[in-house]
Amino acid sequence: MSENNFTYKPLRLSGLEPLYVTPNANFVNIGERTNVTGSRKFLRLIREDKYEEALDVALDQVRGGAQVIDVNMDEAMIDGKAAMVKFLHLMASEPEIARIPVMIDSSKWEIIEAGLQCIQGKGIVNSISLKEGEEQFLEQARLIKKYGAAVVVMAFDEDGQADNYHRRIEICERSYKLLTEVADFPAEDIIFDPNIFPVATGMEEHRRNALDYFEATAWIKQHLHGAKVSGGVSNVSFSFRGNNKVREAMHAAFLYHAIKHGMDMGIVNPTMLEVYDEIPDDLLERVEDVLLDRREDATERLLDFAETVKNDKREDKKAEEWRSGTVEERLSHALVKGIIDHIEEDTEEAYQKLGRPLLVIEGPLMDGMNIVGDLFGSGKMFLPQVVKSARVMKRAVAYLTPYLEAEKKANPDQKPKAKILLATVKGDVHDIGKNIVSVVLACNNFDVVDLGVMVPAEKILQAAIDEKVDAIGLSGLITPSLDEMVHVAKEMERSGFDMPLLIGGATTSRIHTAVKIDPHYSGIVTHVLDASRCVSVCSNALSDERKDEFKQNLKEEYAKARADHASKKQIKKYISYEEAILNAERQDWEAYETPQPNKIGTFVFNDLNLEELIPYIDWTPFFSAWMLKGKFPQILNHEVVGVEASKLYSDAQDMLAEVIENRGLKAHGVVGIYPAIRTAADTVSVMDESGKPHFDFEFLRQQGQKGKGLPNLSLADFISPSEAGKTDYIGGFAVTAGDGIEDLIKEYELDDYKQIMIKALADRLAEAFAEYLHEKVRKEIWGYAVGESFENEELIKEKYIGIRPAPGYPACPDHTEKIKLFDWLKVPENTGITLTESMAMYPTAAVSGYYFSHPESRYFGLGKIERDQVEEYAKRKGWNIETAEKWLAPNLNYDPEKLVIQN
Amino acid sequence: MDIKLALKKRILILDGAMGTMIQRYNLDEEDFRGERFKNHKSSLKGNNDLLSITRPDIIETIHKEYLAAGADILETNTFSSTSIAQDDYNLSEIAYELNYESAKIAKTAADEFTRANPEKPRWVAGSVGPTNKTASLSPDVNDPGFRAVSFNDLVKAYKEQIKGLVEGGSDVLLIETVFDTLNAKAALFAAQDYFDDGGRTVPVMVSGTITDASGRTLSGQTTEAFLVSVSHVDLLSIGLNCALGAKQLRPYLQILAKESTFAVSAHPNAGLPNEFGAYDQTPESMKNEVEVFLKEGLLNILGGCCGTTPEHIKQLALLAEKYQPRKGSEEKIPV
Repeated sequence: MSENNFTYKPLRLSGLEPLYVTPNANFVNIGERTNVTGSRKFLRLIREDKYEEALDVALDQVRGGAQVIDVNMDEAMIDGKAAMVKFLHLMASEPEIARIPVMIDSSKWEIIEAGLQCIQGKGIVNSISLKEGEEQFLEQARLIKKYGAAVVVMAFDEDGQADNYHRRIEICERSYKLLTEVADFPAEDIIFDPNIFPVATGMEEHRRNALDYFEATAWIKQHLHGAKVSGGVSNVSFSFRGNNKVREAMHAAFLYHAIKHGMDMGIVNPTMLEVYDEIPDDLLERVEDVLLDRREDATERLLDFAETVKNDKREDKKAEEWRSGTVEERLSHALVKGIIDHIEEDTEEAYQKLGRPLLVIEGPLMDGMNIVGDLFGSGKMFLPQVVKSARVMKRAVAYLTPYLEAEKKANPDQKPKAKILLATVKGDVHDIGKNIVSVVLACNNFDVVDLGVMVPAEKILQAAIDEKVDAIGLSGLITPSLDEMVHVAKEMERSGFDMPLLIGGATTSRIHTAVKIDPHYSGIVTHVLDASRCVSVCSNALSDERKDEFKQNLKEEYAKARADHASKKQIKKYISYEEAILNAERQDWEAYETPQPNKIGTFVFNDLNLEELIPYIDWTPFFSAWMLKGKFPQILNHEVVGVEASKLYSDAQDMLAEVIENRGLKAHGVVGIYPAIRTAADTVSVMDESGKPHFDFEFLRQQGQKGKGLPNLSLADFISPSEAGKTDYIGGFAVTAGDGIEDLIKEYELDDYKQIMIKALADRLAEAFAEYLHEKVRKEIWGYAVGESFENEELIKEKYIGIRPAPGYPACPDHTEKIKLFDWLKVPENTGITLTESMAMYPTAAVSGYYFSHPESRYFGLGKIERDQVEEYAKRKGWNIETAEKWLAPNLNYDPEKLVIQN
Repeated sequence: MDIKLALKKRILILDGAMGTMIQRYNLDEEDFRGERFKNHKSSLKGNNDLLSITRPDIIETIHKEYLAAGADILETNTFSSTSIAQDDYNLSEIAYELNYESAKIAKTAADEFTRANPEKPRWVAGSVGPTNKTASLSPDVNDPGFRAVSFNDLVKAYKEQIKGLVEGGSDVLLIETVFDTLNAKAALFAAQDYFDDGGRTVPVMVSGTITDASGRTLSGQTTEAFLVSVSHVDLLSIGLNCALGAKQLRPYLQILAKESTFAVSAHPNAGLPNEFGAYDQTPESMKNEVEVFLKEGLLNILGGCCGTTPEHIKQLALLAEKYQPRKGSEEKIPV
């Protein structure tokens, strides 16, 4: 097998996808947070059996760029073997995590073996060593080979851990020979960990710890052909715990040298890592003196220096220091750090120096924004930081605009940048996501033409022609917008467009884009999952060299997705609407006492004090609006995004205080509670105060085949039927916290950060209002849960009795029922909320819905429905079938365009 | 003749579908039961593997039809002959016997043809199927951590099957229709265990199944990840079979041909199933699709899966004579 000693075979690993570690590949980063010995949070989650949250930790690692994921369950208080098996099983069910190879990390063989029996890919065992002698070492190696995994070998033998260069190479060489010659283990599957130990501990014998590691690494790579080298980096800076500045610099410098010596992979905490080039020279010199053992007094000098750079002090010093750099350096610093204070004076200085405004923009400003773009693209900066950078950029460009205008007049033919048109489609008013995309694109040297919200197709097409744009991006949040996007695509095709079409927004998806939009447009159509992807998509779609390949790949990908979709559809079984009705949820109406409301009628809440709403705010979605993933309040201490999340939270608190003080936003709401009975399977008749029938709400019923004992639900099941002879009740509500937002947005015209912030806050306040009002309804107005007492956390988890589903959402996806709701409660008159033609509410910071009080009432998803129900529903709504199919498009289990009517 | 030597010289032909051929006999419950299982407690109709005991004449005839059509390698009638898969028929306890008898029938037929024409030796591949349970997927969407079968259960069942196949005379093992790589890894573990215990060591072939146009196995792996995951054993060949027709299989075979250090095999279905779930691709049409990738030099072993018949295999055998096998693995090691 090993005649070819001098070919460095790659280490080949796999999860759902392959990973090759080759001599020329970049350093492979191993995610380490799913380790109970290294992460207190992970340990707590495992001990408390919160595996779903523990899985999020793994997901964060993958999204943070981990290429291999280390799982360790070695803790005395837990059943390590059971925990390993359970966690690996769960990881396997999460494709995004399962994509990368697993490193099974344990000092207990039984846990390792149990782990090996769970992974379908080729993973890594971490670790084995000669600690217990050759026999055990070889036996374990043979078994690992038989299971098909690579192995980490610690530089450890019968006499203990290798702590100098000679012991390191001696043990590694012996291990290598035993593995390759006796156990017939493939050399390329051996990964040595030659022990990273702390330096600058003050102990004489630790002085060469880093250097020994570097040299041992180089020796291994040179002599033990095919073997790889790994290690846990954070150990090296152990003696500087508490001083992150120094630790981050040490990690960066250590990695820099270790990789140069041949280190292939390792465990590195990305948040504890400075960029090597960014380490100040004085600090770097002292760190490297220690790592490379260059001076007798290296440790003392670094310790002394460390005192002066202890986090806060250093920030202050730095704050003054950056002002003394060149103007280019200052601009770049201001952009990367998002500091707006001196931007105009620095821009002016750069203009004086360079002579032309364009040279300032394309020179120092773009250089700075390119750094921001790179850092964001590689996950080293987060969205709130990028938006702050963009604010600085905008201010600088605004300052230069008069100069630019003057120059344009003098010099009319300049080559433009790539121009992207963005619009929220007709009928939709949601634009936070679109604005984020706009900022991110602008930061990356694209010209953005933003047409705003509710933009009809004709206007989009006309503007695309007038403005000579290079690509069109469509955004939307509510489901009817999906159809509007299809319409825009068809119109573009009809008008002979061939520019790329980008699709984004919360309800859009790759599969919808593939199935519904792509077939209608022959140019590039691409779904953009979130703002972080838009730059690479635009650059690929508009690059002369890459666009053809990009287009071909996309078209193929979407064709496959369509084929998949078509084949999947047949798997889930559906029953007829008739059968679904027979399988409705039956309540015991005989025994049920409908809760008599304290008050019946419509109740208006005008200009509610916002302070009352603050305790009801669910902050978690606020952070996800900013693309920071994690639960509040834990997110404030999150290892990766915690710092940025805390800053964002504090800015939000400031703005909230300001809005309350200046009464910049006003909140209005309306509630109605009226008698109602179910008059048909899915029809609820709503009465007026006197009990006379007023109008009907129409509901939809699940049609997917259910397991034994599970009903086919409809919201109507939670209202007492007329046969029961009892009067039941139904409620409705609409709230907004967006009155006044337009003026604020105008006020923040040049400040995307504040614009996005105010929108996100208004959204939160509207949701909080809905929560607040629902509680009021339960405890006072309807009063069926007078004694209830919940904390906000429990409210968020919807622990109370009763629900408030909204038309257009999963349980009742027909948006047009909102028309009835709005007429019923005179919503526009009472609150100022209006409906667009696609049934979006304006202002966008608004929530509306029904109230159901039945103790069994609960949220569910309608899922797909069949044509028989659609026909029936159309009859009830007084629609023709096409209208019904249009409004229910996302829920159809058939393609109306392809349907062949069978007898 | 050693099969490894033969592989260097020409494209070897694997036989076609067993199930499709058995269907032609329109057998009823009594045929499956035979005398021996006359009073068995559960229905046995559809347990094709059992015919090796109750109607060995049929299995032998089908084997011979494929040999006559030009197949170099016969697959034993043991796709579902593990104790786990036979549990559906309450016949777990005869798993060893099923494998032993099936291998014997195939071996006898193959040897007869080899003797008649020593220039064209024939081999028997013991067919090791995926079982009806998956080790890395939960059958219950509400409980993703649940597994219907453990790795150790699979190893135990596979080891029993492999022992029967090898002792019955199989020349190679074919771990096929791999839709969950962890099941295949259990089968590979069992084979190594059997060889380590002193059983006769035979070459092992592995053939995966790409379920649909996503290019992945049912358990989610890409073709390349699948290759990496089973490469710890020095395989005779790696390949793909079932689920797709020859045309759809081509992009994934290209990946294997490029990355694999082992020989590469393919036994596609006779096209995609029609709306009644039947395969109706003609031998002629299948031949044309296959010819595209024989021209590219992607394959060392070629055969048929669902819906293929001796007529298909005959066309494939004639076709394969015209083309060179994929170049030896030594030249394919990526740099």
